[in-house]
Amino acid sequence: MRSFYISFVSEFYKSRKTLAFWAAIVLPLIICGLIAFGYYSNSDRVLKYNYPGMMLWFQYSSAALGVMGMLILPFYVMFMAFSVNNIEHKNDTWKTLFSQPLNKFSIYAAKYAYAVALLFICLVLFALLTYTSGYLLQAMVPKYTFNDYNPAVILSRLYGKLFFASLGILSLQFIFSLIWSDFLKPMGIGFVFTIMGIITANVGWKHAYLIPYSDPALALKLTKASKNANPEDLPIFTQEVWVSIAYGIALFIAGYFILAKRNIK
Amino acid sequence: MSTSFAIETVGLNHRFGSQTVVKDLSLQVPKGSIYGFLGPNGAGKTTTIKILLNLLRSSSDTVFIFGKELNSNRTACLSQMGSLVEQPAIYAHLTGKENLINRCILLGISKHRATEMLALVGLTDAANKKAGKYSLGMKQRLGIALALIADPELLLLDEPTNGLDPNGIIEVRNLMMELVSKHGKTILVSSHLLAEIERTATHVGIINKGALLFQGNINELHDLSKPVIKVEVDDSGAATNILSTAGAEIVSSDEGLVKIAYTGKAEMGKYNTLLVNSGVTVYAIHTEKKDLEHLFLDITSKN
Repeated sequence: MRSFYISFVSEFYKSRKTLAFWAAIVLPLIICGLIAFGYYSNSDRVLKYNYPGMMLWFQYSSAALGVMGMLILPFYVMFMAFSVNNIEHKNDTWKTLFSQPLNKFSIYAAKYAYAVALLFICLVLFALLTYTSGYLLQAMVPKYTFNDYNPAVILSRLYGKLFFASLGILSLQFIFSLIWSDFLKPMGIGFVFTIMGIITANVGWKHAYLIPYSDPALALKLTKASKNANPEDLPIFTQEVWVSIAYGIALFIAGYFILAKRNIK
Repeated sequence: MSTSFAIETVGLNHRFGSQTVVKDLSLQVPKGSIYGFLGPNGAGKTTTIKILLNLLRSSSDTVFIFGKELNSNRTACLSQMGSLVEQPAIYAHLTGKENLINRCILLGISKHRATEMLALVGLTDAANKKAGKYSLGMKQRLGIALALIADPELLLLDEPTNGLDPNGIIEVRNLMMELVSKHGKTILVSSHLLAEIERTATHVGIINKGALLFQGNINELHDLSKPVIKVEVDDSGAATNILSTAGAEIVSSDEGLVKIAYTGKAEMGKYNTLLVNSGVTVYAIHTEKKDLEHLFLDITSKN
């Protein structure tokens, strides 16, 4: 446990000045900032629809959720899995990392956990920034109805769903980036799979949930379908979320065996 | 396994695909020694060092560090080792000091060690410069600092003076000698230059094409390079007979050339007279001392 902890701390120390770390903070800031700016500068057009509080929140948050679930999230996950491993590939430091008196599994698990933590930070920030920017917009444009509904529960459920639904992609991309030192292979494969995931999720193929890359899109798609039900009862652990978690765990374990069997160059 | 060795390998083999890179290697590195691990480029030195660090897989019961089997005591063995393998592996986006602090975090030791190490390798002034901007020599120094930071009992240094200026080479050499003599450490240092190892090493292992060709202390290596007397004659058969009857140790005898062990000037004169008096024409007679560099080339070119 101690070697896991110190490996995790070292991962943070190493990456704290790199894009890998800052992307988790900058990405939600930019996207939420742009959406908030849009809602501020085009408030007249939004106000025309006279949305009640809950609907307004729904429209507002789905602006970020829509692009996230479909495109940005899978790419962000790919990029992060790549950069966490690339820091060692680029500097040729795998050999030093694995010649420290630390158990191999702890080093691997800490790296993986760090990637999960970055994803978590990123999604928490998305939820938090959507929430706070909504209330900020209300303060600046008093005609908005953000005050009429508290979206805390629904936002945390939606982003919670997205988080779990992306674990499958994370584990798979983590293995790709662990094996290959170049940028193109994991990114290229990830790109093709993501497109495939989006298509299968959108055409409603009944086995789409088995493709990890479809899971984030599916997780949000079901949400839209069930919008007539009370949104606060939105179930987090739906079929595609379970599949993603199962992929996540299985591939995390498989990744360790791949690493343990490999010679470190 | 004997605990008087810091490193002991028993019939170690390693293959990359179908190519055998380490062949039946039995290293014995005594505790408290500076073991010069010599071989030309591509001889298998780095591969061996990587096996010793458990980076490359080895069969069980082939590698022992301070008497402990490596595969089943990986963490315990690694905690006694510091290493510098190939080019120093440093994070280019971190400063020299941050690289050392990161290592302190991983080893669970005080961060003050980072400052001490920077002073030891003369990088205090460059402590806050990005390591990616360091010169090759500075990177090498930082690599040595990283290897030493945990104060390990055993140091594996793969060509540590690569890229260092003459001053830096002398500093590293002195540092190694100090670590062994004052702090009782053991160092395995690889090189392809014998002259460099000769000045510091107490023991030497020579490897080529994955096989160990010589292993022993430095004096044993010097013994191999004892001077010989080369005698050029018209009849080497007769000369060999005469000289061996006179008690000379024949090293080799080819057509027109006989080599005998040099035992002193007086003997050399005596052999000359003896040959001439026995009717053998002596065209030339002179001593030849093989320096270690030639010896090394001889040893490594034989297999």
